Amino acid sequence: MASKTKNANAKSWYIDNFFDFQKKLNGQSGSFINESRIEAIDKLKNTDFPTLKDEEWKYTNITPILNHEFKSPLLTGNPEINAGLVKQSLYTGFDSHLLVFVNGIFSEEFSDLSGIPQGVTINSLNKLIETDPDLIKQYFEKVEYINTFNLVNTAFAYDGFVVIIPDNVILKKPVQILYLTGHKNETVLSAARNLIVAGENSQAKIITNYRPVYDNTYFSNFVTKVFAGDNSVIDIYKLQNESEKAYHIETTKIEQQQKSIVNHHSYSFGGKLVRNDINVKLNGEFIESHLYGLYLGNDNQHIDTHTFIDHAKPNCMSNELYKGILDDNSRGVFSGKILVEQEAQKTNAFQSNKSILLSDNAHADSKPQLEIYADDVKCSHGATVGNIDETAYFYIRSRGVPSNIAKSMLIRAFANDVLEPVNISALSETLSHQIFEHLHRAEI
Amino acid sequence: MPEENKNNEMKVVEDLTQSEYKWGFVTDIEEEEFPIGLNEEIIRKISAKKEEPEWMTEWRLKAFRYWKTMEEPHWGKVKFPKIDYQALRYFAAPKQKPQYESLDEVDPELLETFEKLGIPLEEQKVLAGVAVDAVFDSVSVATTFQETLAEKGIIFCPISEAIKNYPDLVKKYMGSVVPYTDNYYAALNSAVFSDGSFAYIPKGVRCPMELSTYFRINAINTGQFERTLIIADDDSYVSYLEGCTAPMRDENQLHAAVVELIALENAEIKYSTVQNWYPGDKDGKGGIYNLVTKRGACRGNNSKISWTQVETGSAVTWKYPGCILQGDNSVGEFYSVAVTNNHQQADTGTKMIHIGKNTKSTIISKGISAGKSDNSYRGLVKVTKNATGARNFSQCDSMLMGNQCGAHTFPYLEIDNDTAIVEHEATTSKVSEDQIFYLNQRGIATEDAVNMIVNGFCKEVFKELPMEFAVEAQKLLAISLEGSVG
Amino acid sequence: MIEIKNLHANVEGKEILQGINLKVNAGEIHAIMGPNGSGKSTLANVLAGHEGYEVTEGSVSFNGKDLLDMAPEDRAREGLFLAFQYPVEIPGISNATFLQTALNEIRKYNGQPELSPKEFLDLIKEKSEILNMDSSLLSRAVNQGFSGGEKKRNEILQMLTINPKLAILDETDSGLDIDALKIVSQGVNAFRSDDNAVIVVTHYQRLLDYIVPDFVHVLFHGKIIKSGNKDLALELEEKGYDWLTKGSLETQNV
Repeated sequence: MASKTKNANAKSWYIDNFFDFQKKLNGQSGSFINESRIEAIDKLKNTDFPTLKDEEWKYTNITPILNHEFKSPLLTGNPEINAGLVKQSLYTGFDSHLLVFVNGIFSEEFSDLSGIPQGVTINSLNKLIETDPDLIKQYFEKVEYINTFNLVNTAFAYDGFVVIIPDNVILKKPVQILYLTGHKNETVLSAARNLIVAGENSQAKIITNYRPVYDNTYFSNFVTKVFAGDNSVIDIYKLQNESEKAYHIETTKIEQQQKSIVNHHSYSFGGKLVRNDINVKLNGEFIESHLYGLYLGNDNQHIDTHTFIDHAKPNCMSNELYKGILDDNSRGVFSGKILVEQEAQKTNAFQSNKSILLSDNAHADSKPQLEIYADDVKCSHGATVGNIDETAYFYIRSRGVPSNIAKSMLIRAFANDVLEPVNISALSETLSHQIFEHLHRAEI
Repeated sequence: MPEENKNNEMKVVEDLTQSEYKWGFVTDIEEEEFPIGLNEEIIRKISAKKEEPEWMTEWRLKAFRYWKTMEEPHWGKVKFPKIDYQALRYFAAPKQKPQYESLDEVDPELLETFEKLGIPLEEQKVLAGVAVDAVFDSVSVATTFQETLAEKGIIFCPISEAIKNYPDLVKKYMGSVVPYTDNYYAALNSAVFSDGSFAYIPKGVRCPMELSTYFRINAINTGQFERTLIIADDDSYVSYLEGCTAPMRDENQLHAAVVELIALENAEIKYSTVQNWYPGDKDGKGGIYNLVTKRGACRGNNSKISWTQVETGSAVTWKYPGCILQGDNSVGEFYSVAVTNNHQQADTGTKMIHIGKNTKSTIISKGISAGKSDNSYRGLVKVTKNATGARNFSQCDSMLMGNQCGAHTFPYLEIDNDTAIVEHEATTSKVSEDQIFYLNQRGIATEDAVNMIVNGFCKEVFKELPMEFAVEAQKLLAISLEGSVG
Repeated sequence: MIEIKNLHANVEGKEILQGINLKVNAGEIHAIMGPNGSGKSTLANVLAGHEGYEVTEGSVSFNGKDLLDMAPEDRAREGLFLAFQYPVEIPGISNATFLQTALNEIRKYNGQPELSPKEFLDLIKEKSEILNMDSSLLSRAVNQGFSGGEKKRNEILQMLTINPKLAILDETDSGLDIDALKIVSQGVNAFRSDDNAVIVVTHYQRLLDYIVPDFVHVLFHGKIIKSGNKDLALELEEKGYDWLTKGSLETQNV
């Protein structure tokens, strides 16, 4: 069985590599975080990579990832970055605190840590492990595990971003994290462990921006943990613009305390094979979670989004809206599960996944799921797949608008309810522009 | 809601949960039984007992050999102890001569059984004009109206007879929709099926009456493995009804049926089921494991297959009546009400596979969970690459009664054609206190109010059932729900 | 302006138009009346180029060009406007964006310079006033959440802004109260000139009290069975359609 061999080969690649990686760690090898690395690699020995037979991966074949031998940047060395690349990679039009990472390793040179308010931590994980290990130890004690790729992440992650907002602090400027990834001659593995902590009554906006250094093959493998304290408000914008040959897998785990609000926006433009897992635990009362996603596929892109919303306590609200626009030979996958636990009465949970197929060869799979154990709840999900609305298309054309513009209008209209909640206006405009750019269509 | 009112509701729940399964009696009749266990010898014995031709025996054995290589599926949201297939009996039949010349020859005990079940076997009693095939344990005991149907060229008989009398039809179609390789239970059924119904509607014929089969499990430790095959030839129409009951026993019993429907050009098949196998007692003891494979193929252009099911019984239900829409403009429909109470578990839904051009499918599923039960809708809508103009609409609603049950929805949408329009909607709610209060205020007792609301919730499905079945279904619903208002 | 000759059209294989002949000159208002299902809306949609309708026979010449040969947007740019019976809602696209795009596309096609946002807004403001429309509607999504009357008014606003050569009003009066009807008629009357023409498709005569037609045609079973002046509409109001349609069936049977 070919896939079994590949699975075993890929595993032994990472396991063998781990020893070389460990040798390069120097100072960090004694840190608490290295214990979790060793634990992860031990666990990997007994864990297989998922196949199409795994329910959570039935629409995403990860064999292409296993076919490559991805190496930590500690083993490949990092490319030289210039200010021009950083500048053109950033989202602009608004002020932000800036963290830049190259292949998952912090670049102090290009980051801008000036003007960070008192008590707020916006920094590199690796630096904090040296300077303030106790601060972050509590959040990184164990191996995060949803899937096998998380083990690879934990084993090889050297750095990551950390944003900690103390109680009662409202961070005015958004934090922008730029991940620049790629290597001229090597297939590099960029693994980072990220952390966002919002204290009681605090507020923050965080933008993660993924861009290539070279348009070649690499593997971004991230784990991001988010803790939203009582009454906090966190807006997260995940803007994925990887190289068209890149593999991108990220697991985001969000834990919310009472009365907190998390708005998670995900835009998927780049990448050859992309998988996002977003798990939210609503672990208090009167919580709101809003998840918005837009994924755009062209060429042979494969974009998979899995969400899991766990309503553990009563009186909470979750709302998910994921939209896919799929062109050429691309494939969009959405799987979303809402779990309402027995205790979670008065839950309102909504989920919607809509896709439009713009080409004969585009493909959409949707698996919205409800698992409900409480009776006094309002839960619904909906999924649609179709083409653009023919009636509206005719209406617009009958007013003299050419067909390509009419199509663009309807694409823009389709994306609108995902774009609308973006509350940084310059960002909203750029994203709208990117939609048409990515789909190679006339902009309106 | 005022406390008093709530107590009142609780009382209604209690009253109703005391009501018992009415079809739980055991018929005291002498049965011929094969030894317990499963091997090639048993299969040959079943085949010989049925006086089957060699090809049939071989097919069974092939299925059995394949089955031995398979594993039981575990993806359903149902949990039950591992079935020991070697501890089951694979054949049991009332000890009478297998062929009856007329109803007079049927064991009066058996006739009484069917009478108790409200199944009209005596032709003069059949006012509704329903032709009935009654299957008792594994054997068809009586098929009515055969002559009337024969005048139109319609064949309606036990499948064991069809194998002997119409081998060409059986050879051509059996296993063509559900091959024995399809799944674990279908393979098992293919190896050991003992009887079931066969219907063939010739070209251009509209079947003048409902065809109906009643299945009854009686014997202890006996698996029931019936197999149904319905073929509607070009331009024909048939409506088929299926009902099932079983005695109350503390042991679980296995029912692993296979139903295959084939609709050729312009043909239409309507298949309605009221499934009322014994669900077990209120502590979850006993009951039927209903692990069934039902599938229809719309082979011809403009053909239509419509499944309607009301699932109130069984301890465990695992079934997904589906349609393979091969013909252009073919239509598949699935209307389902699944009610679970006490410790029942149901994982049911459908598969709509769009292959032909301009194919349409509609899925309406209503799940009602009460007691400590789990009720899941699981459905697949697949639009293949060349299925231009495919349309699907799915609506899956769940209602929860009480706070110890679960209602789940697992739809799968796989769309490979850009002209497809596929829509899935699902909601979960409970019987609202406002609704009950409103009806109370208009003088309607809580129990009636709940029934009224639940019936309203299921209306879209009930209206698809033939009249006499619809009435029965509503009554069943009321009994099986046992007023579990939370 | 437009000349329709022996027009036949099918919807899903069923022949709805069975040989329409109609000529409309600049400066004229024609009313097309008829009972439900006679083919009035089909005619309007066929002229606008709806792909759900298949023209099987006949020709339509529009200002000397073959209308049936053109894409829907080109018909619009050539100056044909259809006020829809059921204007579609397009969430996510504002009225302003929509109308400005449309107007500028039409202007480009006709070799006119595009309007700047300021010029466009001024134009819209002027036209909105004719219809007593609140300009806040402009920032709302196309027809979304509009009442029936607002949708119809919005259609007329688009007509006034685009200023077509031929406007076809498909049941624009349906669902309007008398005040709204008057406002919509005001808009149409403000639009009409010696250079353009209007075809009013309607079931009822009452709209014709406000938009006075030069010609009235009765459509039945996909054919024009009677033509006359505005008095014909009054006669229809009084007697209904039966006296005409019966006659038509009889003649057809002969």
